Order: sequence, then structure tokens, then C-alpha cells
Amino acid sequence: MRDVYVIGVGITRFGELWERSFRDIGIEAGIKAINDSGIAGDDIDALYIGNMSAGAFINQEHIGALIVDYVGFASSSHIPAVRVEAAGASGAIAFKEAYLSIASGMHDIAVVGGAEKMTDIGDEMANAIQGMVIDQEWETVFGATYASLQAMMARAHMEKYGTTREQLGMVSVINHRHGALNPDAQFQREIKLQTVLNSGYVAEPLRVFDMAPLSDGAASLVLASGDVAKKYTDNPVKVKGIGQASDTISLHDRREICTMDATVHAAKRAYERAGAKPADIDVAEVYDSSTIAEIIAIEDLGFFDKGQGGKAVEDERIALTGEIPVNTSGGLKARGHPVGATGVAQIVEIVKQLRGEADKRQVKDARLGLAHAVGGSGATAVVSILEGSQ
Amino acid sequence: MKAGIVSYGAYVPRYRIKPEEIGKVWGEDGAARGKGLGISSKSIPSPDEDVITIAVEAARSALLRAGIDAQDIGAIYTGSESHPYAVKPTSSVVAEAILAAPDMTAADYEFACKAGTAALQNVFGLVETGWIKYGMAIGADTSQGAPGDPLEYSASAGGAAFIAGKEKIIAKINGMYSYTTDTPDFWRREGQAYPSHGGRFTGEPAYFKHVLTAARHLMELDGTEAKDYDYVVLHQPNGKFPRRAAKKLGFTDEQLNPGLLTPRIGNTYSGAVPLGLSAVFDIAKPGDRILVTSFGSGAGSDAFDISITDEMERFNRSAGPIVEDMIADAIYVDYATYVKYRKKIRRKGDAI
Amino acid sequence: MPRFWREKQGRYNLVGNRCTNCGTYYFPKRDICPKCHRKSVGKMEPFRFKGTGKVVSWTIVHDPHPDYKDMRPYIMAIIELDEGPKLTAQIVDCALDEIHTGMRVRDTFRKLTEDGKDGVIFYGYKFRPVKE
Repeated sequence: MRDVYVIGVGITRFGELWERSFRDIGIEAGIKAINDSGIAGDDIDALYIGNMSAGAFINQEHIGALIVDYVGFASSSHIPAVRVEAAGASGAIAFKEAYLSIASGMHDIAVVGGAEKMTDIGDEMANAIQGMVIDQEWETVFGATYASLQAMMARAHMEKYGTTREQLGMVSVINHRHGALNPDAQFQREIKLQTVLNSGYVAEPLRVFDMAPLSDGAASLVLASGDVAKKYTDNPVKVKGIGQASDTISLHDRREICTMDATVHAAKRAYERAGAKPADIDVAEVYDSSTIAEIIAIEDLGFFDKGQGGKAVEDERIALTGEIPVNTSGGLKARGHPVGATGVAQIVEIVKQLRGEADKRQVKDARLGLAHAVGGSGATAVVSILEGSQ
Repeated sequence: MKAGIVSYGAYVPRYRIKPEEIGKVWGEDGAARGKGLGISSKSIPSPDEDVITIAVEAARSALLRAGIDAQDIGAIYTGSESHPYAVKPTSSVVAEAILAAPDMTAADYEFACKAGTAALQNVFGLVETGWIKYGMAIGADTSQGAPGDPLEYSASAGGAAFIAGKEKIIAKINGMYSYTTDTPDFWRREGQAYPSHGGRFTGEPAYFKHVLTAARHLMELDGTEAKDYDYVVLHQPNGKFPRRAAKKLGFTDEQLNPGLLTPRIGNTYSGAVPLGLSAVFDIAKPGDRILVTSFGSGAGSDAFDISITDEMERFNRSAGPIVEDMIADAIYVDYATYVKYRKKIRRKGDAI
Repeated sequence: MPRFWREKQGRYNLVGNRCTNCGTYYFPKRDICPKCHRKSVGKMEPFRFKGTGKVVSWTIVHDPHPDYKDMRPYIMAIIELDEGPKLTAQIVDCALDEIHTGMRVRDTFRKLTEDGKDGVIFYGYKFRPVKE
């Protein structure tokens, strides 16, 4: 398999983008990435799009066709377009598929996009749609919501390892602190721990400020083979290894409800392929759809021992100034979470860090970065490791 | 008659409301109203309960106690005036939910408060002819009273199920008699949310005429008097009518009280006599004799003369909850919660 | 609606199945045993669970799916049935301060939701505390 590099990144502002349509944001991110890479549109061989639920949110399926048309390549170069869906891991798997298409030698340049428009329907319906990424027949129908499953993972983690309500809250505080440094983030305001602890309950013990928001947004990458990358940039970021794994769709069928085996296996595969260990990672974007999800992630990715995640957060070891900065973008919580875009947005942040372009949130000497995305309550996980050239 | 009762099961929902709470909202002295009706609280179904869920719980209890194979149940009939569907039977859901389906018949009954006892007469007949081995009859309701109407103080929710058969019967039927006329004392037109009634007309020409006639006629046929019975279970739209009727028939309070539940849980309509009889079965001993007379508006009464057999000693009563325990397991709510649970609030999308 | 009708034996009567090759119980039923794979084909046997179990984790839902607003706030739990499999269900007839991990529960038959005011009503299991 050939080496693959990221040579361009693009991202829209995330938030409630009332004036922008799905097409608008998809194209904006794509054009930014293509401009950033310096390639000509004609050079693109394929398009891979991550999107979770355009059918439910905007009554539109066949997203691959829609985007390739509106970025201008459907009727000119007629390139192939693939839409990937795996709930929150959609964007990450779109990235993986694009990577494979180049590594295999089939394509030389592929564009990856991730987009979601979640605010065109009422807030109430969003709960119903999120109910589709967990087990519809045996979880949702019985009254479970996505947040209620996160809440049960939190309670199990708290009862087994002594993780505290305050430690959960600190995840949100630190992510908001990072988000305040990110001009594309949905929320650019720091918050106090008391704000988290005083916010209304969503599903006990989780509160509004424990949960990632509903967002609109899009992100994009340009991937290229080694020969091509050399032509366009002297600061390419190499894809060192991607691992993906599955687990049961229902939370109740998991081996352990406060561990995501899918993350553990995906990470193992990624580290092996990258020839790296957790301690080698300089900066990470992890999937914080809720505060407990981040604590479980930093344990399952091997940054901290199982059960020690809460303490690590309390000690701010994951802050920008800590030993393993996590979610410098603000994470899903502060940067925003347009579901299909998230997996791609995470790679965009890692690439910026490894290129030294992360501005006020730059991690010093970041050389190896990791992005972690999850589908549903842990049924799918993707871990991607990238290496900077500096 | 060889057919008798093999088993029974009851269900009373947990929520209750007191007459004081109702009176407060309508500018009446609720406590006085309650006293006048002889009712101190009534039962309310939870938002996730209805006649189908109540019927299933009662049926499951009866089945567990009977220890029979559900596949041997050849018929299920449920009587109610608040079936969840106008068209699609309660009984077929019950059949699937107790694994009695599919080799059996089912249908729903309606005859105001006596739909359950009418269903019981039918399964006795099917069992007696040998066409089925066991039959189940259920009386259950989640009856509605119009807001501000006196019926709001009494209309409540609950039900009980009986399994009829010829083997191992715990109660044999000494005699049955029914009295039926076209008497419009209480009714509800198709499409109407709440019933209407003839006020005081529901007394003498309706309840008393039919209950007393049926009870007296049956005792005549069986050559018995009130003193020959250990218990009497009468239909109980409030706490006063059955006491007056019992007195006229020569029964004492001791004979009436165990089967008189309305004072504490309100009038469970098609569930009233089935629940009253279940409460008596909870304490009855072999040899006890019970006179049962139901009343359904429209109008009619079904009377049964029942004797407890020795089989009652071996009956697995503890496999299901007893009526007194369910009555004691109460949670009191206010009028606003009551109205929300009874779906009397106009929701978004409802026609005005 | 056919989606619901198809699952009624699972939802009404906790009927799952068991792999006769390795003896593992499953709820809901599975066509293939994830442990035995090909060896389990044709060897899966229906099994009706007793309906008793204990609470493994729980939460109180304040922000429900729009169809479930009337019961808010309500308890959701992951329950481990005595025979082994776990499922997710609402706990009813339980005070919000009574619910705890390890609580013994048994199944009850309730309304889950309905397909609108003129649609079919969907019934299924919920669980209630067992008084020890």
C-alpha cells in the first residue's frame, strides 16, 4: 500500500447557520480545502462524503451525488462520489475510504467531505433522529434516548471507579476553554464548572452542559499520494495508520457498559499500523458526544488507565498545557457537532496542529496526532493517527 | 352445571384521587360529595395503562394461579365500556400476551358495567358443551367521568379475569339467572367522549329494579334466603346503593363488606363485580356460599349462586397479587395530574 | 406498523432464543449465535424468559423522544435478566429516589407508544420493582 498525505483542509464555522443550506456549507468547506491544497479541480479523482441523516434532517438522500454536483464535478469530470454513513463515525470512515482508495493505487487525489444540517427541523425531532443511531427496536422504542444511554454509562463508571460529577463537568469546562481560542467553534466562550452543574437535567446524572449541541457545519480534506503531495506542498501530513472496529449496537449487549471495546480495538489496530504507542501521541481529538464519552475515550485510547480518566481531567492533564492536550478545537462540546462533519473536522484540527497552523491553541512540537470518532453509543469506532513533517 | 371457576386474577392501578381534590376545582364541597356517595378515593390508570394492559395483568395472574397450559384456553372474552379501540378487540391482544393464541376464539363484550359477567356466562356455556376445555372472561374498565359531572367522583379503573373449566374448579355454580330490559338509565353515543345519565332515574327503575329482581328470582329458583350465604357481591356504582340493596335482600354488612370495594377505589364499571368477587375469593374457604349480582345500565343484571369447593385449599393464590394488597399500594395525585393521566387535556393537533 | 407486529412475541412475552450448540441465551432472538457462527445455524431454539432480573445501570430521562413526553421524567434502566441477557426498559411504579443499581425487578405489560391518535397502539414490556 502507498503512503497517503493530507495536503488541504477546509472547515466552515459550526453553529446554528440559519442562512446557509446543506449545499452552501458542503461547498464552502470543499472549496476551502481545494484552495488550501493548491490542486486544480480537474485533478480530483473521487469524492467521499460523510453524512449521518440528511434523509431525516432535510429529506435528501443520495448525498454523494448532490455534493459532487454542487462542487462542480458531476457534469464535467463525472468523478465517482461515495456517501458513507456510520452515525458519528461517518466522516472518519469517509476519510478512511478515501485513504484506502489512494493507498491501493486506484486514485491519486481524493476529496473528503463531512457535512450535516441539523437545525432545519424542530429541536424535538432531533431527539427522535438521534434515536436512530442507537438500537431503534430494542432501545429507542422502549423509551431510551441517546443521552439516556450516555447517562447509564456515566452512572456505571461513577459506581465502578468513583468518577465524580465534578470531574465530568471539568471535561466541558476544558473543552470550552479550548473552543474560546478557535474562531470556527460554535461556542467561543469559557464557562465555569458551576454553570455545568447548575444546567438542567437531560438524563440524570447528565445535564445540558454535559452534552454536545445540535449544529450545522461542514469540513473537508484533500488527500493525495506521495508523488502528488510533493508537487503541491512542502508541509504534507502523513496518514500513519487508521483502525476501525465494531461492537454490539445496543449498549445493553456490550461486554462492559463503561468501556467502549470498539475504541480499544480500533486504537490497537491504528497504533500497530502507525508503529506507535499511546505515549507517543502529542495531541488528540476524541469523540466527546457527552462528558463521560471523553473520559471513557481517554482511557480506552490508552492515554490513562481504566478508571483514571476522571482524575486525569480533574488534574487538567488533557488541557492545552497538559501532558496530552485533548480536543484543542473545543471538541464536539464547544466546537460543535454536525454529526457527519465531526469525523472530518477532527482530522482538520489534527492536521492544523501538525502543520503548526493552530494559532492560539497550538501544541508545541506536535509531531504525532490522533483522531477518534464513535458511531452510536459505541457500536463503531475509528482511530486515525497522522504525522507532521516538521 | 359441571363448568365452574378454575382460577381468577385481579388488577387495580396504583394512582388515586380523593373527592376533596375534585371538589376544590369545581367549587363544590368534595368531601361532602364523597361522603354522600360513600367513596373516599378512586383509582386512576397511569398514562401507559388502559383496558388492554389491565386485562393482560389480570389474565396473567389468573393463568399463573391456575397452572394450566395457556394453549388449552379455547376462548377469551373481555367486557368493557372503555376498550382502547372501537374496532380491534382487546381480547386478541390478551390472547397473544398470555400465549393462548392462535387456536382459539375471541371477541369483546359491551353491556355497561355487566359486560364482564355476561362474558363469564358465555364461557361457562362453551365449557359446559365441551367445545372448549378452558375459557377466560375478563371485566375491566378505565371509565371516564365528564369534568364537573358527579360521575367524576366515582368513575375509576381496574379489572379481573376468570378462567372457566370443568377440572379442579375452586367455585361451582349452583345456579344462574339474568334479567334484561331496555332501560336507558346511563349511555354513551358513538364518538362521544363522556357518558350521559338519567340522574335519579339510575336508581329505582334501573339499578334497584334489576339487581333486586335478579337476586330474588335466583334465590327463589335455588330455594335459598340471604342467611344461607356467607358473602354477597353486588354491583357497586357508589358505596350507598349496594348497601341499600343488600339490606332489602336481607343481607348483613358482614356479608357485604369484603366484596364492596367502591368506597376505596371507586366504581370500576365492568371490573366492579369481577373485582368484588376476586376480593371475596381472596379470603373464601371451602363450603362458603356467595350470591353475586351484577348490573349493567341499558339495563340488565346477571346473578350467580356460587359455592367454594375443597379445591380452594390447594389453589395457588400466592402466584398472583391479592386485591387488598393492590388497594393498599396507593399513590395520591392532584386534579391536574388526574386530568393529564385521563387525557382530558386538549393537546396540540386536537380539534377544538 | 408491521415492524411492531413482527416483534410482538419478543415485546409481549419476552420470547428470545437459545443456541443449543453452546447453551447461551439471547434476547431479542438472533438468527446466528455470535459465538458459534456457522455451527449455530438451525440450532437456535425459542426460549421464553421468566421476566425477573436486576438493574445494572439506570438514569432518569428529562428530555425524551417526542412520543414519550407524557411519562417524563421517567426511569430507564439496563436490566440483566436472571437467565443472562440484558435489555433496556423503563422502570415504572418506582419512586425516583427508590431506584438503585442491583434492584430486583420483574416485567409488566404496558403501552409503549402509539402511531398517532388514530393509529395502532404499541404495547410491550416495562419493569417494576419486586418487593423482596
